[in-house]
Amino acid sequence: MALADKDRIFTNLYGYQPWNLKAAQARGDWDDTKALLARGQDAIIDEMKASGLRGRGGAGFPTGMKWSFMPKESKDGRPSFLVINADESEPGSCKDREIIRHDPHKLIEGALVAGFAIRARAAYIYIRGEYIREAETLSAAVQEAYAAKLLGKNACGSGYDFDVFVHRGAGAYICGEETAMIESLEGKKGQPRLKPPFPAGAGLYGCPTTVNNVESIAVAPTILRRGAAWFSSFGRDNNKGTKLFQISGHVDKPCVVEESMSIPFRELIEKHCGGIRGGWDNLLAVIPGGSSVPLVPAAQIMDAPMDFDGLREVGSGLGTAAVIVMDKSTDIVRAISRLSHFYMHESCGQCTPCREGTGWMYRVMERLRTGDADVSEIDMLWDVTKQVEGHTICALGDAAAWPIQGLIRHFRPEIERRIAENVREAAE
Amino acid sequence: MRPRGVRPLMADRHLEPDTPELRARWAGFAWTRENAILVQEIIARYPAGRQRSAVMPLLDLAQRQVGAETGTQGWLPIPVMEYVAAQLDMPIIRVVEVASFYTMYNLVPVGRFHVQVCGTTPCMLRGSDDIMTACKSRGMHKGHTTADGLWTLTEVECMGNCASAPMVQINDDNFEDLTAERLDTVLDALAAGQSPKTGTQEPGRHTVEPLGGPTTLKEMVKANHDYRGEWA
Repeated sequence: MALADKDRIFTNLYGYQPWNLKAAQARGDWDDTKALLARGQDAIIDEMKASGLRGRGGAGFPTGMKWSFMPKESKDGRPSFLVINADESEPGSCKDREIIRHDPHKLIEGALVAGFAIRARAAYIYIRGEYIREAETLSAAVQEAYAAKLLGKNACGSGYDFDVFVHRGAGAYICGEETAMIESLEGKKGQPRLKPPFPAGAGLYGCPTTVNNVESIAVAPTILRRGAAWFSSFGRDNNKGTKLFQISGHVDKPCVVEESMSIPFRELIEKHCGGIRGGWDNLLAVIPGGSSVPLVPAAQIMDAPMDFDGLREVGSGLGTAAVIVMDKSTDIVRAISRLSHFYMHESCGQCTPCREGTGWMYRVMERLRTGDADVSEIDMLWDVTKQVEGHTICALGDAAAWPIQGLIRHFRPEIERRIAENVREAAE
Repeated sequence: MRPRGVRPLMADRHLEPDTPELRARWAGFAWTRENAILVQEIIARYPAGRQRSAVMPLLDLAQRQVGAETGTQGWLPIPVMEYVAAQLDMPIIRVVEVASFYTMYNLVPVGRFHVQVCGTTPCMLRGSDDIMTACKSRGMHKGHTTADGLWTLTEVECMGNCASAPMVQINDDNFEDLTAERLDTVLDALAAGQSPKTGTQEPGRHTVEPLGGPTTLKEMVKANHDYRGEWA
């Protein structure tokens, strides 16, 4: 069943209407938020659990369950914090930007609701440094909310005191990792921490902290207003709700669009993107969830349901639902090699397998791109990706390994062809 | 050995040498009156005793002030980092660590316009090679500032504008849905001291809706539609 406009959460996604408080309230934001909070922390968390919402930042951890890990009372006087991850930097991802610049009040209201539910004293919204105009809009929206007494002391007349602060990053993909983000918020290099302790036990300033993605937080007020049953009426079991899909690359009309989870790939592209450039026969492969997930060849993706389980079944993942489409004109080795360059550039340098491995993998990928390699190096590269994967503090090492593994798994003949061609040219 | 043409990693960016000339120029750095007020607001966002959290926004503000004083995007001379360190009661090395880790802090002087071309795969698929070529044909070189001090060219990693790729960020603004010709128009306007339209350069496109008009939420185009009446 097609998702109807009335069931879309981000109604000002394209910014045709103003982002400001007055316009946002006319669309339904901040509508008796006091009553939402009056349900109490446990009822809010239960509703979120029942909705089936899984975190929208990539890992897909159930949001309600994450909230329930936070302490119900502070035994030692430490406050709790909510940190909102707006460090959207995963290649292909461009949804949080639209929420922030066109519907910031959904995020800010969500911050209050979520912060209240986890008994936080304040929320820090960590927005990537390059979102300069977006951070200006968000800061102005926060000021509006304070001026209207929706935030601050006795927020929304609820009796609950809550602050929201905007913190800008400065150009480091790794700060999207939750503990690197916390380090960065504390004024340090963004290098991930070992877990445990998990942030819910000791996060920002050593205090209990929940880190959630922008989209996860921004959908919370609507879920509470319309009910868990409404939200979970979209998508397959274990993959509930609506979702912002971001389609880039070789489609006729790239766009960001809110759709039902589990929508088949073909339907998503036909309905909103005008089809594949040059037709469906021209589709080569798709990276369905942002640069960190392996690519899926055309035949396997065409009818796959776009959700966590459906994409895992084709050896990939939903990630942030950043769908990078590649047609047959694509130099597929270069497309993946460019991602290897990205991970080399963004490795924080803390763990040796990642710091050295990302550069090593990129250099071999560049030789595979031109065919200046030996066939045995394909297996060697595969082995090295396996030595990086799982041997680092955070998932950046895994994220650097997976795209290469996906390429070798599905396009090994193309790599071998280039090497053979190179050998032939050298002989002539 | 790193192959030629590869940008330096986060970890090995280099500072401008700490010379007597540099000291002479920047040792007297102090916040402008407006920025001094802003600095107090920024520090107040963090709990008492946690003022170190303000190092990133303060470095950004300092870079902008240097930019305003030099007619460029701005950068961070060592004496300016020392000034920030003293204000936050941090060892200078902790400030340098932060400044050198995050790529948006310029460690060497840059030009008036910092042209940052996104070259990551989603932009590459939509033609960022042409954008880079167009920059080079105007005399720009990656990692360098043109002799007239107008342009600094950098290839950057994904900027989160993938549905309106390819794109460049120039100082504080994004220019999206570019072609070589559209980029030339933007750069010509900037060079002439004008303020070209920011965002998408695709005629008829508003933001990130499908070209030709949205496939969803069409009521929103003309009016601030409230869908709550249709909730059941």
